[in-house]
Amino acid sequence: MISERAQLLLNLADDELILGWRNSEWTGIAPFLEEDVAFSSIAQNEIGHARALYERAARDLGGDADSIAFDREPEEYRCAPLVQLRLVPDWARTIARHVLYETADAIRIERLKQHDDGELAGIAAKIEREEVYHRLHAEMWLERLREEERYTDAVEELWPYALGVLEPGLRPVLAERVGHEEVDAVERTAPGAEFVALWEEMTMVRRSAPVGAQW
Amino acid sequence: MTEAAVWEALAEIADPEIPVISLVDLGVVKAVEVEDDRVRIEFTPTFMGCPALEVMQRQMEEAVTALGGEPQVDVLLDDSWSTDKITADGREKLRAAGFAPPAPRAESAPTLLQLQKPVHRCPYCGSTETRLDNLFGPTPCRSVRYCASCRQPFEQFKTI
Repeated sequence: MISERAQLLLNLADDELILGWRNSEWTGIAPFLEEDVAFSSIAQNEIGHARALYERAARDLGGDADSIAFDREPEEYRCAPLVQLRLVPDWARTIARHVLYETADAIRIERLKQHDDGELAGIAAKIEREEVYHRLHAEMWLERLREEERYTDAVEELWPYALGVLEPGLRPVLAERVGHEEVDAVERTAPGAEFVALWEEMTMVRRSAPVGAQW
Repeated sequence: MTEAAVWEALAEIADPEIPVISLVDLGVVKAVEVEDDRVRIEFTPTFMGCPALEVMQRQMEEAVTALGGEPQVDVLLDDSWSTDKITADGREKLRAAGFAPPAPRAESAPTLLQLQKPVHRCPYCGSTETRLDNLFGPTPCRSVRYCASCRQPFEQFKTI
């Protein structure tokens, strides 16, 4: 049984790592070049956040950031179902996830900035400085797509998943900010088939080398 | 060995990605403590996913070793670094190299409205007739803007 603090760190870090991974799937195939740059950069930030959070979690759990990121079995990951979904090549659903995730993430980062553990609060504040730019990027796309049917359908579809990013106590805040009714959330349970396929690829190189290999 | 000697050595280390400024210009060295041969450096990373961070750490260790000291670089994941920590010298060096230095950080985070306003100065010709082309750029720390006066795209340091 791991501590509540370690679990909080892992939920957040797994979300950021896997979303970073999903965002990076757009590198080279985004609808235009500037979005290749944007999604790649956002992916890099998210994975950087995951690294810092795993490093902090490693002090409670042992190991290091890499071993926590890559050496767990698929069923040990705690990422929210929202970030697990493979959405390429659907841009409307990708932007819907981007807008919903960044809105939800802002709420939990605000909360984490108030954490009693000053170090956790500090990491959260540092993450927030970068997340601002993700939200501005999401905001620009929301302005462009908000009336488009494909986009609004995608938001409807992903809304229960978005609620699942947050602990139940914070969900009403998300419902208010998004302007949607709270419904049953898609909760963090054992990862699904899409995640397992991602995990196979993500850990492939690491698993091909002996434990403790130096790179 | 004195703290001043360590600071001087660190001021010689170029930023791995933007070599026109040093790590001291960048404001990432929060403190230096010297006790006999042991040198402890408090290092505050810039952007969390920046691949240059590990290079910076190694370069600082090498610089202390070269002075005959025993380095210990502590990475502080607190919230003490912001782009406001870049020194006045550092800002001028950035501008001269074609990177628009970051706007000072306001009380609240930047907004789209601010970023889209034509108040950001082109580092080449000084015009403020510039527009935001991409919030993101070639590295996590930069956005891309375009100057309508000299028709030149340029990199704008993000304010964080």
